[in-house]
Amino acid sequence: MEIKKTSLNKLHQDNKAKFVEFAGYEMPIQYSLGIIEEHKFTRSNSGIFDVSHMGQLFIYGDGNLTDDLEKIFPLDLKNLKLNSSKYTFLMNDKAGVYDDLIITKLDEGYLIILNAACKDNDFKILAGLLKEKYKMVLNDQRSLIAIQGPKSVDILNQILETVEDLNFMSGNWFTYKNQKLYVTRSGYTGEDGFEVSISNELAEVFTKELLEKGAKLIGLGARDTLRLEAGLCLYGHELSTETTPIEASLKWAISKERLNNGGFIGSDKIISQIKDGAKKIRVAIKPEGRLIAREKTKIYNESDEMIGEVTSGTFGPSVNGPIAMGFVDKNFSKKETRIFLEVRGKRYPANICGLPFYKKSYVKGANK
Amino acid sequence: MSEVKYSKEHEWIKVEGDVGTIGITKHATEMLGDIVFVELPDVGSSVEKDGNAGVVESTKAASDVYTPISGDVLENNQAIVDDPGKINSDPENDAWFFKLKIKDISELDSLMNKEDYDKFAKESGN
Repeated sequence: MEIKKTSLNKLHQDNKAKFVEFAGYEMPIQYSLGIIEEHKFTRSNSGIFDVSHMGQLFIYGDGNLTDDLEKIFPLDLKNLKLNSSKYTFLMNDKAGVYDDLIITKLDEGYLIILNAACKDNDFKILAGLLKEKYKMVLNDQRSLIAIQGPKSVDILNQILETVEDLNFMSGNWFTYKNQKLYVTRSGYTGEDGFEVSISNELAEVFTKELLEKGAKLIGLGARDTLRLEAGLCLYGHELSTETTPIEASLKWAISKERLNNGGFIGSDKIISQIKDGAKKIRVAIKPEGRLIAREKTKIYNESDEMIGEVTSGTFGPSVNGPIAMGFVDKNFSKKETRIFLEVRGKRYPANICGLPFYKKSYVKGANK
Repeated sequence: MSEVKYSKEHEWIKVEGDVGTIGITKHATEMLGDIVFVELPDVGSSVEKDGNAGVVESTKAASDVYTPISGDVLENNQAIVDDPGKINSDPENDAWFFKLKIKDISELDSLMNKEDYDKFAKESGN
């Protein structure tokens, strides 16, 4: 199959991107700055991420659609305000996760942002569950551009006036060159920031304007180190059909209102795991020294018993040291539990620690 | 009089008498990206030509380091263990990896000179 390119591909090339294939797309892993400097720039200034490979699913419908989506997602969508977003999961009957996603309530229905590698399968599953009662558009005519970091609000507000009034996890329509953009205040870096859904034809000129105002393009490499420092899950690593949201320590994302009566896909399993506890649980891991424990590294306790596996591990540029997340036996999941990581045949000491590794600075309310 | 030779695995070796100083090339560091961890062979250990002699990790992945020739490790460079970023900034001088006592000087014949290596690196692109 031919590799797909986003509307910003030429701009990436012009900015000396190194490319990798990701979920069938040619995506920039880094630019000439390099992952560490790109990461630090995002934390101190403003980074632009092309995430156009992600799915933008628009589902059009009224109150019936809300009822039907509540049979799927563990959310209180009836009480979700217009233009508000929630993080949630598309699950199977056993609460295994097909995808993690952000759903936003729009005037005419819902916008769901899906992972690139999952979006086609998600569409099939949702179309089946909704029995083709509603118009569903997995819109590949729109690009998705994330702007992340403390200076993003000032930069974006110069282009889209009043964007600074958006609250965290909410969105709105804005007009840019006579076209409608949908902007949410959200992100995947642990920083304040925005995600902009924009027509493919305007994506490049919009991004160039951000660059002129001082933001820099940041690759997927830094996106990964930023999200890992922020303690955020990556589908295919911390989440899969073999893992439930409870095991992944994401109970906070399940609406409390839905836990009494269930009625969403996977609710039996979720409710029983909350009651009885999960056997394995996602934890943060801080290796001692500089050693990096990558995905699939085996985790042992002090009695030499294998208790789990690393799901993501890297060097955290802002933490200035190695960091990892993984799943361990619940009995060894307490903070400050000493564990051992087996890397290249040797075992190295590490400790379970709290999340996030790097403290967030999300804006809760509007600035003014 | 010293000479520097290069391997297809992108290591360099500077030869002075029967002592070789080994590191990785600038081209290698450009491919790896930011290096954040390095593991070096122990002083006193023996390494075999083309065999494993340490690990470098970038923000992206781990890569093995190979020794271009055989010998006994005399010294390793603790400065790059403490600050792996030095490997990116000065890979072919200060950020050497280890020194060894060369076992068989004729092994050097299989390595490339600078001109051939530069051509090889450019053509292989990896």
